[in-house]
Amino acid sequence: MLRFDRVSKVYNVGSFGSDRLTAVREADFEVRRGEVVALIGESGSGKSTLGKMALRIASVSQGTITCDGTDISTLRGNRRLKDYYRRVQGVFQDPFSSYNPVFKADRVFAMVRGEYYRDVPDAQWRAKVHAALETVRLDPQQILGKYPHQLSGGQLQRLLIARALLLDIDYLVADEIISMLDASTRIDVLNLLGDLKARGLGILFITHDLALGNYISDETVIVHKGSIVERGRTEKVFGDPLHPYTKKLLSSVPQFHKKWEEVEAELKAREAADTRIRDYHLPVGQEPPAQLFEADEGHFVQPFPHGARASA
Amino acid sequence: MSLKVSDLRVYYRTLRGDVHALDGPTFTLADGEIMGLAGESGSGKSTLSKSLIRLDGRMRYVGGSVELDGTEVPIWDDAAMNRFRFKEISIIPQYSMSAMNPTRKIGVMIAELLESRGVRFKTVREELHRRLELVGLDTEVLKRYPIELSGGMKQRVVMVLSTILDPSLLIADEVTSALDVSTQRAVAEMLVEFRDRRFVKSMVVVTHDISLVYQIADSIMVMYAGRLAEKAPARTIIEAPRHPYTRMLISALPEVGVTYAEQRLTGIPGSPPGLLDPPKGCRFRARCPLASDECATEPPFVEVTPDHHVACWKAE
Repeated sequence: MLRFDRVSKVYNVGSFGSDRLTAVREADFEVRRGEVVALIGESGSGKSTLGKMALRIASVSQGTITCDGTDISTLRGNRRLKDYYRRVQGVFQDPFSSYNPVFKADRVFAMVRGEYYRDVPDAQWRAKVHAALETVRLDPQQILGKYPHQLSGGQLQRLLIARALLLDIDYLVADEIISMLDASTRIDVLNLLGDLKARGLGILFITHDLALGNYISDETVIVHKGSIVERGRTEKVFGDPLHPYTKKLLSSVPQFHKKWEEVEAELKAREAADTRIRDYHLPVGQEPPAQLFEADEGHFVQPFPHGARASA
Repeated sequence: MSLKVSDLRVYYRTLRGDVHALDGPTFTLADGEIMGLAGESGSGKSTLSKSLIRLDGRMRYVGGSVELDGTEVPIWDDAAMNRFRFKEISIIPQYSMSAMNPTRKIGVMIAELLESRGVRFKTVREELHRRLELVGLDTEVLKRYPIELSGGMKQRVVMVLSTILDPSLLIADEVTSALDVSTQRAVAEMLVEFRDRRFVKSMVVVTHDISLVYQIADSIMVMYAGRLAEKAPARTIIEAPRHPYTRMLISALPEVGVTYAEQRLTGIPGSPPGLLDPPKGCRFRARCPLASDECATEPPFVEVTPDHHVACWKAE
């Protein structure tokens, strides 16, 4: 289990670091193996910072991130870090800038071999690469030996996932991996995440696109300005949203079968009929606590000032 | 009829030959119509919208005609187009976030732009203020530099500026793709408001996001590999598409408001053809599950039911 335990990230900004900016405030959630967790937020919400902290690209200011019980900030030394990266890997948004255009795309595999699998014989390595490519449904004939510009965005992105799979990882941090892809290839990469989940991988799927999160995830975490405002099973968060911010997002996403006004009217009607709201409302003006309130089994919401409507 | 495009062909010049990026679309746009123009990258949607404003150095006009409100638009003649640009046909560019001069205050930049087009700034100042307020901006923004504004604010400034001379046709090129979900909706609804207030007569909204244009457009036109695939009222495109490409594209898009659990959608196998030497016949043939021998002949873009045009032999 990849567990975020009241994790905060504070950046020093301004001249000589005189100001502090809280990018993430006491985030508390977990990613289990065989599960996709969608981390949804708008730009500046801190969603990518959370992913970076899990990959140790950014340090944790407060709180702990544990991977199957080990606090990852205590990992020191090349060997222990390597062991960690064997189990947790990341894939990022822009496949076109993730590669060095001077070298062939499959050099990313050779780099993994140089770092982690020096003793593996050639034949065995080739079999491993082919197996990884097969998992991401790429044809080795078409891919190996090509330069990045000869491959499509979808192919490059799948190649990066294959690279992560070479390491027999347990967890994958996927930060906006779909956003740069075309509509007809998007769904293939999304389905691939579903396949990996079925193979027992835990996936932290970071996105701004609610439709993608709704499609692929088991759990959803909504972040707003660094704080988690709502989290729970995906069908709960999308089907029965509680926080005004979640409602606002849901009423803004364009849908196919309903117009914006209809969605908004439905959410309003649901809210008017909701009696639970008084359980987690706050007096107006009070700062919302970082601790979430369990409104329903496994469905958490950050208490919010009552009267803060979907338009707030 | 506001806009009439007939058999327009615009190719890109490359060292290896011409890329047939826009290969003969023919369609019309009614007065007051907002048309969503959808397609994947390389479908020709951006080439089409750029051709109506200005052909850049690599683009070559090959044939066809464009008519706006009954007047021929000389898109092949860069100088003659000056009469139309901004005044009759205007565009909100794809990267309007970076479309403004960073060294000028916004008000100064707008004044300079208008004067350079032979319009006295004084004559439109009041209208400019009114419209800025309409899109929810304080007129104070005119005294600010672009860097001081958020992405959504810059987008709205450019929207107001592009339409200040009440053009007949507005092209909105991926205006919402760089914005956050909540700002996206506000900007999209403003486009409709601009049409309702007659700031622009008709509009082409170019996007890769069909669900977004479904929310605001009257009609949707789908392009594939430089050609038109289908054009119909927005609801028809979503609920009863006839072209196999449109069908597959729509069924490949996840949305909110549906519970998927373990249910999986399917993508479209293969990738679009290269346009340096495009295949003969229907260009979707190689990826189409319905393809047969007759698809080796190019299907015409015909009206199958009123207002519903499809280019497919199989679309009964």
